[in-house]
Amino acid sequence: MSTTATTATAASAQLRAKKRMPPEVGILLVLFGIAAFFEVLGWFLVDQSFLGNMARLQIIILQVSVIGIIAVGVTQVIITGGIDLSSGSVVAMSGMIAATFAQNSEWPKVIFPALTDLPFIVPLAVGLGVGALAGFLNGWFITKTKIPPFIATLGMMVSARGVARWFTDGSPVSGFTESFAMLGNGLDRWMPVVIFLLVAAFFHVMMRYTRFGKFTYAIGANPQAARVSGINIETHLIKVYVIAGLLAGLAAMVAIARIKTAQAGMGLMYELDAIAAAVIGGVSLSGGRGRITGTVIGALILGVMLSGFTFLRVDAYYQDIIKGAIIVAAVVVDQHRQAKRSKKT
Amino acid sequence: MNNVLREDVLPSRSPMPQLRSYEYVLEVVNARKEFPGVVALDDVSLRIRPGTVHALMGENGAGKSTLMKIIAGIYQPDAGEIRLRGENVHLETPLAAQEAGIAMIHQELLLMNYMTVAENIWIRREPKNKYGLVDHAEMHRMTAELFDRLNIHLDPEAEISELSVANRQMVEIAKAVSFNSDVLIMDEPTSAITEKEVAHLFEIIRDLRAKGIGIVYITHKMNELFEIADEFSVFRDGHYIGTHLSSEVTRDDIIRMMVGREITQMFPKEEVELGDVVMSVKNLSLEGVFHDISFDLRQGEILGFAGLVGSGRSNVAEALFGVTPATSGTTEINGQPVDIQTPQDAIKLGMAFLTEDRKETGCFLPLDIQENAQVAVIHDEFVNSGFISEGKLVDACVEMCKKLRVKTPNMHECIENLSGGNQQKVLIARWLLTNPKILILDEPTRGIDVGAKAEIHSLITQLAHKGVAVIMISSEMPEVLGMSDRIVVMHEGHATGILDRSEADQVKIMDLAAQ
Repeated sequence: MSTTATTATAASAQLRAKKRMPPEVGILLVLFGIAAFFEVLGWFLVDQSFLGNMARLQIIILQVSVIGIIAVGVTQVIITGGIDLSSGSVVAMSGMIAATFAQNSEWPKVIFPALTDLPFIVPLAVGLGVGALAGFLNGWFITKTKIPPFIATLGMMVSARGVARWFTDGSPVSGFTESFAMLGNGLDRWMPVVIFLLVAAFFHVMMRYTRFGKFTYAIGANPQAARVSGINIETHLIKVYVIAGLLAGLAAMVAIARIKTAQAGMGLMYELDAIAAAVIGGVSLSGGRGRITGTVIGALILGVMLSGFTFLRVDAYYQDIIKGAIIVAAVVVDQHRQAKRSKKT
Repeated sequence: MNNVLREDVLPSRSPMPQLRSYEYVLEVVNARKEFPGVVALDDVSLRIRPGTVHALMGENGAGKSTLMKIIAGIYQPDAGEIRLRGENVHLETPLAAQEAGIAMIHQELLLMNYMTVAENIWIRREPKNKYGLVDHAEMHRMTAELFDRLNIHLDPEAEISELSVANRQMVEIAKAVSFNSDVLIMDEPTSAITEKEVAHLFEIIRDLRAKGIGIVYITHKMNELFEIADEFSVFRDGHYIGTHLSSEVTRDDIIRMMVGREITQMFPKEEVELGDVVMSVKNLSLEGVFHDISFDLRQGEILGFAGLVGSGRSNVAEALFGVTPATSGTTEINGQPVDIQTPQDAIKLGMAFLTEDRKETGCFLPLDIQENAQVAVIHDEFVNSGFISEGKLVDACVEMCKKLRVKTPNMHECIENLSGGNQQKVLIARWLLTNPKILILDEPTRGIDVGAKAEIHSLITQLAHKGVAVIMISSEMPEVLGMSDRIVVMHEGHATGILDRSEADQVKIMDLAAQ
């Protein structure tokens, strides 16, 4: 009798066992591998250390931050089984609109001559609001008209870019207030990184430990089963697209504050970089699988590659060619891993 | 009408009857097919004579579809042989089967919606002009000629999406005939067409038969069997039962062959004192799908739903649970009228719904066991201002999985890697965690092994003991009979009868289900 009791306890202890190595470890090793690769090549080819240069590392992570903030939102959209092609254009749209509320009184005003020297919270709220609105429209069209996310966000991508151009007749906006510029240069220039890490940590916790996050995974894994399990798919999807839009708006604020100007052409192809970061980080385009931490590492990999090639003075054309190949390779490896996993049965 | 298929315009690949060197155009010998946990076919043989219509009969899950898929090259048998015109063949793909002279009309229509009728029929066999491009005029002419022979009045240039389901079925039939095959398999070809078209189809079948083609005809409808079939074979639980001439038997004989197994003592049904009526359904209808379903469900009662696949049983369950809300009728729970428009509504009212298709509407395949089990219970319970109380939740899920004896190394195993029986247990755990008062089970034991089946049956009994009201849809006759207090039998969207446990038997149910 006592043996069965012990086996039973042992069995439930075993059931409770912690997860094995998280999948991010593999991709983190890839990041280290790439960095080591540039380090070694650096010594041989250009006689310099790649990693032993604080300024370079800061530039890498600063560059990654804007894409990274967008990618955190796009990751959630992809986990629901959707896609967001509009983030780059939404960056431009919220950047342009918010910028006109962020100007100081010394510069020629582009749109609102009376509204100068506003507290930074006003342009920030406008930027986030515009982004969230774009996300809401994406989500609304996807859930109410049942058009595929690809199409809905493709439409938003084109229209938002148009709004960005129309809003100031194409002229760039600069001359921001000191307080607004802090969003991109504060805390001794580390502000974008701080915002990026806070955003990533916040949504990592949300995806892992809240009901909201669990529902996001469930919808992506099997929308029909999610519906039967009592999840209101439509409302939830709209919320996820709003988050993605909001984060694109936030990324825009950080970007324009950092470079101290907003122009309609900004954020071009950012959506693809964000998707690439997620995919390299192990987020499955078929939905239901992936983590924020993976996306963060994916974004870092893209940043390190970009910086590394520049460091090695590789021509920009080659950089793009190699970047494309790496995105495809990441998905091939992921598919292979998935196939192996399901074959175990 | 008897020369609908004129020899001169429809040359057959089969030799003239007197020159045939074989008795059977198609033979399946000792075929076996296993799926994980289930033996779908066990030592099954089938022999089709040229120029006959050979019906396949059997309950849902008897193995007919698996056998047909082996003949059509979709599945590979684990053992056994297929002989075509007396010679052994290996049909490794559907295309190989087609080229060897076997055509199949699938039960579900496999047409390309936005292409024309002609394009659908001649796909992969398009006539080419001298430049190697598709010759649309010739394709149109060939289609018109084919339709003329079959007496089908459809525009070859119409898009499939514009056609009614019945007309699409006729296109499928024309397409199958156009291969000039020696063997033509028809899987319930009349399930979607009206009487007029059935008569038309039978004319076509008689002409094909006269031309020496062997026709395999799967049907659930007794009257069709006697009208069109020369011979028939009966299957049951993956076994071959026998072949007879349809002129030699009666309807009752066939039913007996189809259901004639002993009910084993596998079903631990215990008499449970029935409590109050918890759910009362009146005249529930979903337009075009099911009509006027009424029943009362008591605490501790197991109400079985029997009927053929497609009779509307699952649709009733989906309507009750708000997946596809009913268009009319009323539902009362504990005497209060309720309006269930979404699954959320149903869950709030203490209902739970184990769906029929584990993969399609049950499992979250990429997620692990824990995440699969917890999804229905984290709406209000185990949640603190949005955050999940992980410790308590994991404890509850582990307890439940242990109780249901889910076999897994740990809760982080991906559900995809579990056997069907264990997956089903995780899904049951998902719903039991919500403490349901009304539990709807749609095919709770489909495709799972005998051991897990027995465990699930005894679990259902325990739940009934605790006062849970259970609705159990099942295509397995012994399961419905063994477990239910009462049985609702459905046929084509109508409840054709409600049988008490004491009066129900397999023959009565088949009678009500097959009409």
